[in-house]
Amino acid sequence: MGPKTSQPTIAQRLANPTRFMDLSDRVLPWLAAAAGVLIAAGLYLAFVHAPPDYQQGHTVKIMFIHVPSAWLAMMGYLLIAASSFGLLVFRHPLADVSAKAAAPIGATFTLLALVTGSLWGKPMWGTYWVWDARLTSVLVLFFLYLGLMALRSSIEDEALAARLTAILGLVGVAVLPVIKFSVDWWNTLHQPASVLKVGGPAIHPSILVPLLVNAAGITLLFFALHMKAMRNEILRRRVRALTRSEVERGGRLAPGAAG
Amino acid sequence: MDLGPHSAFIWAAYGLFALALAALCAWLVGDGRRLERQLAGLEARGVRRRSAAADQ
Repeated sequence: MGPKTSQPTIAQRLANPTRFMDLSDRVLPWLAAAAGVLIAAGLYLAFVHAPPDYQQGHTVKIMFIHVPSAWLAMMGYLLIAASSFGLLVFRHPLADVSAKAAAPIGATFTLLALVTGSLWGKPMWGTYWVWDARLTSVLVLFFLYLGLMALRSSIEDEALAARLTAILGLVGVAVLPVIKFSVDWWNTLHQPASVLKVGGPAIHPSILVPLLVNAAGITLLFFALHMKAMRNEILRRRVRALTRSEVERGGRLAPGAAG
Repeated sequence: MDLGPHSAFIWAAYGLFALALAALCAWLVGDGRRLERQLAGLEARGVRRRSAAADQ
């Protein structure tokens, strides 16, 4: 009986960095263009079609960028946690590349969620900041992103840095349910969920549709940025490997290098 | 476009959002170009990856 053969899965096919570079080179322009079109449509709907809220007036427009930023802040961390799991359990060659690439992008979206929320809070709540459970847990998420990047850059051994960062990444995922349910578990100034809630969204379609179009566009932008950052990280590793190879070759060729 | 009494907050939020994402895009594109130049320079000097033959 001959050896049993099976078709490789998509994850296995993408495990080869060269194949990922070829595929992402073709997909990235389309992903970026789709993100641009959806964001342009979302902004048009937000500023031309969406009516002012009956209580908040036009400040509700901040929601169209604040809510997607907050969603992507959490999704970015979930991506890091999944990649960390992929590295520690399956030793997927691209898992650490994905985790490393997602950290600065997730941190940016977390900072944007905090800043846009603050600019929304001042006119609506009368304050830029309050130490309630939702705002504080998102601030913890921002520091967690910074911690992951700091930990990685503080360890010279790249394989060790990848493993330790992955462990912190997995441990830190505990902050995500705290962020999500903080508005239910504690009394917060921040309002409870309005879109992803039992019984359906509590937002009128005239405001919900621009929000979802913006969210879709900004999510595609996130994935385009992540793909580009992964490509850069693969290039960086190739440059490092070639530089090391060049140095070793130079060492072998240089007369008296061994002595 | 009249966005009411709180328009400064709305424009500031959108402005910072656009600025941060533009900076992130510019950093990633610039970093990618710099790395591609470095890689091309190494390959021009005849340095090859061990797996390069397998990728052909």
